[in-house]
Amino acid sequence: MQFGIFTVGDVTPDPTTGRTPSEHERITAMVTIALKAEEVGLDVFATGEHHNPPFVPSSPTTMLGYIAARTERLVLSTATTLITTNDPVKIAEDFAMLQHLAGGRVDLMLGRGNTGPVYPWFGQDIRTGIPLAVENYALLHRLWREDVVDWEGRFRTPLQGFTSTPRPLDGVPPFVWHGSIRSPEIAEQAAYYGDGFFANNIFWPKEHFQRLISLYRERYAHYGHGTPEQAVVGLGGQVFMRKNSQDAVREFRPYFDNAPVYGHGPSLEDFTEQTPLTVGSPQQVIDRTLTFRESFGDYQRQLFLMDHAGLPLKTVLEQLDILGEEVVPVLRREFARNRPDTVPDAPTHAALVARRAAESAAAGS
Amino acid sequence: MTALRLVAVSAGLGRPSSSRLLADRLTEAVRRRLPGEAAVRVIELRDLAADVANAMVTGFPSPRLREAIEAVTEADGLIAVTPVFTASYSGLFKSFFDVVEEGALAGMPVVVAATGGTARHSLVLDHALRPMFAYLRAVVAPTGVYAASEDWGGSGDAATGPLSERVARAGEELAALMPARAARPRPADEVVPFEQRLAELRP
Repeated sequence: MQFGIFTVGDVTPDPTTGRTPSEHERITAMVTIALKAEEVGLDVFATGEHHNPPFVPSSPTTMLGYIAARTERLVLSTATTLITTNDPVKIAEDFAMLQHLAGGRVDLMLGRGNTGPVYPWFGQDIRTGIPLAVENYALLHRLWREDVVDWEGRFRTPLQGFTSTPRPLDGVPPFVWHGSIRSPEIAEQAAYYGDGFFANNIFWPKEHFQRLISLYRERYAHYGHGTPEQAVVGLGGQVFMRKNSQDAVREFRPYFDNAPVYGHGPSLEDFTEQTPLTVGSPQQVIDRTLTFRESFGDYQRQLFLMDHAGLPLKTVLEQLDILGEEVVPVLRREFARNRPDTVPDAPTHAALVARRAAESAAAGS
Repeated sequence: MTALRLVAVSAGLGRPSSSRLLADRLTEAVRRRLPGEAAVRVIELRDLAADVANAMVTGFPSPRLREAIEAVTEADGLIAVTPVFTASYSGLFKSFFDVVEEGALAGMPVVVAATGGTARHSLVLDHALRPMFAYLRAVVAPTGVYAASEDWGGSGDAATGPLSERVARAGEELAALMPARAARPRPADEVVPFEQRLAELRP
């Protein structure tokens, strides 16, 4: 199982000081956070993609390429890459290039994006969000698997004899996760291709994501990729920790109360009760995260949201120390306990290369 | 046959409120005309005001708001009563229906009702409530009931019957619509197979 962090990349004033970091500070902080993730033994760093202030990460592969050069083990991913408004040809090229530069330490999570104006800014229409996601991914999937592609669709100019370069590293495309907050259509898409499904699991009660994930698992089996338990599931989560839980609550409350996404709404207490947000001691975070397995089954990837709502870099780095030293080692041990052998590990490039070799050996014999 | 489910939503803020009073009168008028037993419930939005506001901020309902929304969307008939605020339905009334999932009230038989200090606002039923429920694709009964303060004491005049007559007529209309609603087929949670989605996009 993989553990990591995902970042939205928001530039938010620190509510306790009123100070807003510059875009440059925020971007360099994101890089520092990614490097720290590797240092404390996490497996994955994923960045969001946004095309409007107050968010900075408009160009994820640029950032991930830079981080790739400064890390050794960390898997670089996205949360999410916009499959609706990006040209699928450019996604194919950018991520294949990144895959080569990072020695295969790359996967990506596709999402539709829910910021209305981004669609017209990129010449699209939000009302066709689902068809765009379906068609664009169908093309992306082919571009990584077929050397020469003839293609015609509804949304993009046709291709005749097109080869997306560079070809994926070792002929194995980056693993794809499909992220969705509410759409069963996307769970169905992930199942159809045998790709991963990622439930952001932050802003909604768990029952909501249980429905999506069980649909995905059931349909994954329906399409013959394995048993429902073998479907590849990723989950989000959101935590803030201090040694004493009262200290965690006291320190995090102003950030919660003013958070751009849910601030000025429910109390911290109500929100932690109703959603997976956990604010407390490392042990509380461990206990809560372990309940995810009971709710969603054995899964492959756990990402935490750690750097948002104006939390200062220093605090985020302290959080990563606690996560890496006290929480994740216990989670690794506990999640491994009683995990059936038939449940796959998280997909890595090496594993995908090995699987392809095994499949072609089986086909050849 | 299982009991028909009737739910009234009242956005009145007073305790007691005239909107609640009207909701109770309407509820009773419907219940009396339904065949067999009915399961009746009145939801006062005042109790859910903070939950409705929080749902707008977070995007998901609290457990008790979710329970109230489910009661409304699973009902066989709905009575919707709002006080008139600033020439329209109250903000709380509108906000509650704003957090109900799109499409969830399609086909729902509804009686619209409103209360106000004067009869001069009675067109709120037809200028505000009817268009809102039309947008939600609900089936709005022909009779809407508006109760001005004076209606609670008067017996009508040469041109208008008393409030009790309008309540009775609206009750009759909603009661007539509910059995068909109760017999509706329940859509299964079916996914559109992915091949079909791909095929729809082929040029």
